[in-house]
Amino acid sequence: MRRFLLVFFVKKLNLYLSGSKGKCGTFMFELIEGLKAAFRLVITFDPELWEISLRSLRVTLTALLIASLIAMPLGTYLAVQRFRYRRFVIAIINALMGLPPVVVGLIVYILLSRSGPFGVFNLLFTPTAMIIAQVVIITPLIASIAHQAMRELWAEYHDLLISLNTTKAQRIRTLIWDGRRNLLTAALAGFGRAIGEVGAIMIVGGNIDNVTRVLTTAIALETGKGDFALALGLGFVLIGIAVVVNLAIHALSRTEREGRW
Amino acid sequence: MKHILFVILALLLARPGAADGMRLAVTTSFDNSGLSDVLLPVIREETGIDVQLLVVGTGQALRLGEAGDVDAVLVHSRAAEEAFVAAGHGTHRREIMYNDFVLIGPADDPANIADAQNAAEALRRIASVQAAFVSRGDDSGTHKAELNIWIDAGLDTGTFGTWYRPVGAGMGAALNTASAMQAYVVSDRASWLNFGNVDGLAMLFSGDPALFNQYAYLPVNPVKNTAIKHEAATALEAWLTSPRAADLINGYTINGETLFVFNASPD
Repeated sequence: MRRFLLVFFVKKLNLYLSGSKGKCGTFMFELIEGLKAAFRLVITFDPELWEISLRSLRVTLTALLIASLIAMPLGTYLAVQRFRYRRFVIAIINALMGLPPVVVGLIVYILLSRSGPFGVFNLLFTPTAMIIAQVVIITPLIASIAHQAMRELWAEYHDLLISLNTTKAQRIRTLIWDGRRNLLTAALAGFGRAIGEVGAIMIVGGNIDNVTRVLTTAIALETGKGDFALALGLGFVLIGIAVVVNLAIHALSRTEREGRW
Repeated sequence: MKHILFVILALLLARPGAADGMRLAVTTSFDNSGLSDVLLPVIREETGIDVQLLVVGTGQALRLGEAGDVDAVLVHSRAAEEAFVAAGHGTHRREIMYNDFVLIGPADDPANIADAQNAAEALRRIASVQAAFVSRGDDSGTHKAELNIWIDAGLDTGTFGTWYRPVGAGMGAALNTASAMQAYVVSDRASWLNFGNVDGLAMLFSGDPALFNQYAYLPVNPVKNTAIKHEAATALEAWLTSPRAADLINGYTINGETLFVFNASPD
């Protein structure tokens, strides 16, 4: 019933817009065409769309997992431990958050190229290369957000954990566990940056059909062909996937529920 | 509930089967024209080679070949190709097919290039009225062809004002930009015919021999590294120069217009 209503609404709006000839009209028209393309792709279970979407998710979630395993302990460690160059390390991590993906892509490309130092592994133009690039891009982001959150939590827990005479490892474990909801926010920020990234994975993945083509590179390709409707359609699918993943993670981790905070 | 998450994760993390295909770096025009969608399935069927396309500009394609990251390149810039072979990066150069460049511009043609005698004359007219002109500016084959016509016209692009706009992008992106600015642009015929976002642009000038656009196939020199699939590259060359390829390339049309003309000579 809802689906029917949506189709009806889109048709009505189209009818209305086809009458208007202004620039604004064509702009709205493109958006509507994009929505229609997205709708068509999803309800027909377009096999290529499925493949590309699953590859996007696989690459990004793998990169997210690896980046989280590095960044979360690192962020927490930086909150708990005082050492000489701590400020410097934090400044570097914060600065790396703004690293242009194209630069990361180029560096990873040079390293993985067959004429580069890691060329023997033959990783260039594979999903693995894309995962490596994304890990480099999102690790500083997750570490920085994790560090911010853990610093506040540490201020709260400091006296308790010190008085219980806990070891460093115990303190870090306690903070990570009790701050897991904040860390989830950090992870979701990393996910958002990785799933929408195009510059780096275009260079190291090569946007090869059936091998390394993901949603964002497919969008860039269709834009290049001037097929804005399909490009926008894929864009809406990407947004939809991001929303579903966020909701799923919240549901599974039981956050954002009444009385739980 | 947690188990479901783990199952999903396990499914997603499963190592994707490393497709073992030959890598071919091609120019954007080859892919944007839609010809690759016609040729690749037939190549897979008849030779068993799974050709993986890396769609980049001619400059980057040759760079990938130089690094030994692809097994062959299919590009269109003769001087750069000959330098590539001379430097030992490619084994040889084999001409496959040609099409031509066309001049695209706003349909009302403010510089009046439609009745110009030749391509150089057309560009001189654009320069004299300083009409907006989008240049690829990305060291691609099309960009080099455009620069050559400016040289023929006796003009130096370095002295141009803001009406000359190098965008540093692929053919499709440059056409999109020209469409938004209502500017003139040099495109290969195939990309133009396959372009969706026409919006007020029209093909204004074509047919000058200076606009001839030859595509050539260059296998990358296998001495660069052991991962280069030279046998597949040789087999692909044999197929690309076969009568079967000639039929498919000559028979590919958009709106009844032929896009490419096969001109490979038998060995």
